[in-house]
Formats: sequence, structure tokens, C-alpha cells
Amino acid sequence: MFKFFEPNKIFSITSKAPKYVLVLFIIILTIGLTEALILSPQDYKQSHSVRIMYVHVPAAWISLGIFSTITFLSVVGYIFKIQNFFLISKSLAPSGLVFNIVALVTGSIWGKPTWGTWWAWDARITSMLILVLFYILYLVAWRIYENNDKASKITTIITILGIINVPIIKYSVDWWNTLHQPASINILSKSSIHISMLFPLLIMTAAFALFSLLIFLMKYNTELIKIKNKGLDRL
Amino acid sequence: MNNETLLMDGYGLYVWSAFAFTLLSFVTLYVFTKAQYVKEKNKFIIKFGSLNPQRAALAKSQSINKEILSNTSSI
Repeated sequence: MFKFFEPNKIFSITSKAPKYVLVLFIIILTIGLTEALILSPQDYKQSHSVRIMYVHVPAAWISLGIFSTITFLSVVGYIFKIQNFFLISKSLAPSGLVFNIVALVTGSIWGKPTWGTWWAWDARITSMLILVLFYILYLVAWRIYENNDKASKITTIITILGIINVPIIKYSVDWWNTLHQPASINILSKSSIHISMLFPLLIMTAAFALFSLLIFLMKYNTELIKIKNKGLDRL
Repeated sequence: MNNETLLMDGYGLYVWSAFAFTLLSFVTLYVFTKAQYVKEKNKFIIKFGSLNPQRAALAKSQSINKEILSNTSSI
């Protein structure tokens, strides 16, 4: 089954896909921005500042999703010795880091009109900051270790340690008294967000997911060409 | 675009700066990733060009190498 994941087999797809993903991303982002900035209503409490949610929340969701995926692929890749899983993880990490930073910065901008402060050391914000550090550690580890086996081992350990932080981020608003509001969207129970706000939020999430796919594909292709460059050196 | 859309009852600066930061981050990451891709691809093309015909034929027998050479404007 894992033969399907061989880089040689999927390069023909990954090398052609970015241009289509880029076009789709631009279309979805344009719709999302129009909805988020113009068509969606203002909040009765937060007024127009609620619009920051349309970039803050998708960025946070995707950064958490990417870190969880990286951890899963690293652990499975390490157990079953699938090098391509590490290549996929390594290619996902840059967009995960950028989304994490976007979530923190836009959260900080949102915090000023809502809480009256740019930053608070509360559980949700601090745990998101810790996730940035894990992303940086992960990417630095790939740069430091020349030996692929050692890098795979170290990065897997980093992701296992980092994943402990993910449920803390998720449940921090329930476990502790924080400035950050609890989740408005629940998959298992009724969401407290109105459909007029949920729709642009989902569109923006789709746009952000497409952007992370685009960056992943470009980065993955770059990594494959790097490997092939080393192969040409050995010929 | 009217003033209401820009000013947003005094929240405009916060909202627009949050969106601008996000889009700027996207553009930076895209440009940086694309530059890395182009750099590695050019390196590959130069290395491939410097191979003797026998080795070039051997390298070209791998489908992935052919794909890299054929997709010069894939992104």
C-alpha cells in the first residue's frame, strides 16, 4: 500500500497541481474576502472588530491541524520507516508556522479593541505561542541535522512533545478562566455562531486550506528536486 | 468603496491591519517558497546539462528527472 506514496509516482501529479490550486485559491479567497469584509453583518457586542475572526480562527484551526498531521505522519513514518512521510511533514511545516504566527498577530490586533490590551499571558494565547516554538524547533532540527535518520528521529520526538500542547490549546478556555472566549463552533453540539457569520468563516477556512496545500505542493516539489540534485552528483 | 467600509465605526484600523498582515504573510511565504523552488530547479538543469551523453541518458531514464526537466513553468 505504501508504494503509492513513493515520490517518483506522485511527482507527476504534485508538479502540475500548484497552478490549478493557485487559481482556485484566488477565486475562493476573493469570495471569502468579499463576504468577510463587506457582506457579513457586524456583531451586536463587538461591532466590526468581529471581522478579524475571519482570518484569526481559520489560521488557528489550520496551524493546529497541520501540527497534528505532521505528528501523525512523523510517528507512522518512524514506525514503518517511510521516508516520504517525513518529506511530506517537512513540506507542511512552513505553512503551519506562518498560520500560527498569523493567528497570534491577528489575535493580538483583535485583543486591543475587545480586551483593551495587545497581549495577555492567558492559557490559550500562551499555549499558541508555545506551538510556534515547537514549529520553529521542528524546522531548525531539519536544518541542523545533515543525517536524515537522525533528523527524522529528532523531529519525531519534537512533534510528540509538541502534540501534548494541542489538547491544552483546545481545552484551555474550558479548563482555566481566560480572557479568550470559549469555542463558538462545536461539531458534536449546537454552534452558537449565526449562519451569516459561519458561512464566510467556512469560505475563509477553505481558502486558507487551499493556500497551505499550494505551499505544501511547492515545498514538496522543491524537496524532491533537492534529492534528485544529490542523485545527479552521485552519477 | 465608501467610508463606512473603510472606517468600520472606528474599528477599521484593526480590521484592515489584521487582513493586511495575513495577506502580506501569504505573499511573503509564496514568494520565498517559489524562489527556493526556482533555485533548486535551475541547479538541477545546470547539473543535468553538464552530464556527459551517457550519464544524461541514464539520468533521463528516471521518469521523475524527465518530469522536472519538462515542467519548467509548473508554478
